[in-house]
Amino acid sequence: MWLIGLAWKNLWRNKTRTAITMSAVFFAVLLSVFAGSLKSGIFGNMIKNVVSFYTGYIQIHKKGYWNEQVLDNGMICDSALEHRLLQIPNVTGLAPRLETFGLIATNKSTKGCLVAGVDPEKENEVTSLKKKLIRGQYLNFNDTEALLSEGLAERIKARTGDTIYIIGQGYHGATAAGRYRVKGIVKFGSPELNNQTMFLSLPAASELFSAEGIATSLVVSLRNPDLLDETVRALEQKLGSETEVMSWEAIMPDVKQHIETDSNNMKYVQGILYMLVSFGIFGTFLMMMVERKNELAMLIAIGMKKSKLCLLMVIESVFTVLGGCIMGILVSIPLVWYFNQKPLRLGGEIAKVYEKFGFEAIFPTSLSPDNFVFQGITVLAIGLLLSLYPVYKVINTDPATSLKR
Amino acid sequence: MKTSKPDSATAAKSDVVIDTHNISRVYNPDTIPVYAIRNVHLHIKRGEFTALVGPSGSGKTTLLNLIGGLDKPDQGRILINGTEITALSAGELIEFRLYNIGFVFQSFNLIPVLTAGENAEFIMLLQGKSKKERDARMKQLFREIDMEDKMDRRPGELSGGQQQRVAVARALASKPQFILADEPTANLDSKSASNLLDIMDKMNREENITFIFSTHDQRVIERARRVITLVDGEVASDTNVIDTSAPH
Ligand SMILES: Nc1ncnc2c1ncn2[C@@H]1O[C@H](COP(=O)(O)OP(=O)(O)O)[C@@H](O)[C@H]1O
Ligand SMILES: [Mg+2]
Repeated sequence: MWLIGLAWKNLWRNKTRTAITMSAVFFAVLLSVFAGSLKSGIFGNMIKNVVSFYTGYIQIHKKGYWNEQVLDNGMICDSALEHRLLQIPNVTGLAPRLETFGLIATNKSTKGCLVAGVDPEKENEVTSLKKKLIRGQYLNFNDTEALLSEGLAERIKARTGDTIYIIGQGYHGATAAGRYRVKGIVKFGSPELNNQTMFLSLPAASELFSAEGIATSLVVSLRNPDLLDETVRALEQKLGSETEVMSWEAIMPDVKQHIETDSNNMKYVQGILYMLVSFGIFGTFLMMMVERKNELAMLIAIGMKKSKLCLLMVIESVFTVLGGCIMGILVSIPLVWYFNQKPLRLGGEIAKVYEKFGFEAIFPTSLSPDNFVFQGITVLAIGLLLSLYPVYKVINTDPATSLKR
Repeated sequence: MKTSKPDSATAAKSDVVIDTHNISRVYNPDTIPVYAIRNVHLHIKRGEFTALVGPSGSGKTTLLNLIGGLDKPDQGRILINGTEITALSAGELIEFRLYNIGFVFQSFNLIPVLTAGENAEFIMLLQGKSKKERDARMKQLFREIDMEDKMDRRPGELSGGQQQRVAVARALASKPQFILADEPTANLDSKSASNLLDIMDKMNREENITFIFSTHDQRVIERARRVITLVDGEVASDTNVIDTSAPH
């Protein structure tokens, strides 16, 4: 249509103005895509860190276990079940755990502790337990030795090679008592975990608690953590009503809340960015309408319908804003990619705080395409909304008073 | 050269293209009212070549705006070729102007991003004319303004006189009832002005195109065949000039 041709030509008449508008949009998209991907990258990384403390992204229990965390609420866990769940595309691994509370004792002292029977290899895939080892050696599947968390070892004054005793209640009321050598010490960022956890290999724990083939929880690792809710639903469908499937959000609602608050604060920053851009674009539109006042009055005088003229204005705005948007997205892709590969790294005090909790102070950007699309569309919408100003001016043009003769 | 009073009674009714009935236009009616146009009665017939003259502020622009349907009188009626434009809505007026009235402006007002040809063609695009029809008309018009070789130039590459000729071609492209030109030569040097008048004069004689133009340039007034003088918004004199030099 000739109107599009005219709009296109109009873009080139005042190249500076078009360039200003386009670059306002360009930088808006670039910055907001970058900020957005950094934001979701940071939170994604934070979640990854938090879930790798211990919980994992998703846990499966027998229905009711979460409310009453006792051994008798354990579920039957065999390789057939694991095989079935691994068919869900986003599920990459499953780590069974047999967890219960017991008393741990050395010659010198007795304390309460969380005894976790784990499959050493599978557990390592989910929570990188091996990385947390600070002394001694990691467990093997057939070991009958124990790993102690650093704080717990201190509290009972045990060192690697020492012997510890465990007393507790087994499955269906059986008595549980065992003696183990300390094979290694692991260190957790979270004080709660660090002060009261000990690990046994799953077969050893099963024997201790007379709970052969029983797991209290099955920790699920994911290919794409963004598909958390979808995966929970897929698992629920496969498992039926006898089990409960809980995402980390359900397991740690406080962490989820904290992240949401932070994420809302980021939204204000982004809002200010959008506002600055709006002023930039609006300024150029203001300039344009002053400059073209006479021309628009002339067009109306010679018989161009206002609706057509409005359409012309909107097409021109769409071209400019869309152009800036596309350029912004094209340039942001390598930028975001670069900072995903070479993440921002914090130093100094903040890094120390992070390290204390057991993770690196690095902030990779997220490569999620949603972010590009969302930011692009938002800026585009702002541009189109602002193009209502030229439209408004056209509607209010009176050719008799606006025409400079 | 002799002069005489125009005699509207002798003209057939269908020959009258512009008919104003006692029109007035008042600015700022609530504060200090300015009577830009006061009780003007006018008949303009097809084929006239009329100059609207008067000192600055006498109401020429206001009158042309009223006749052109860009403004509405506070009192009175205006009929264009039998249509009462004072009764049309703003939207209807735009449509009416597109098909009935050609405009030439003092400052040319061409679209800078379009070529001379495209500028003139623009109005036919608005009318939805076919490519074939547009091309034929453009060729003819640019021959008439003697700018066939400059159709592809942008306004910025043309002299003022050339731009105003393109503006005349644009005004004519829509085949209007008449052409209104508000001080069309005010921004031109005298040679370009005379050249523009030559072209308008020729179109008027050969194709019976009706022109109404305002001016206060004596050399332009001399070219007119009817001169309406406004003073303080009122018609002070209205004379037909019998042009003896013209091959009637
Ligand atoms: N928009 C307006 N508001 C108030 N007064 C106006 C306006 N336009 C014109 N006038 C007044 O109306 C009178 C006629 O103006 P105009 O038609 O422009 O005269 P001319 O074209 O002959 O110079 C002048 O006194 C002018 O100041
Ligand atoms: Mg004037």
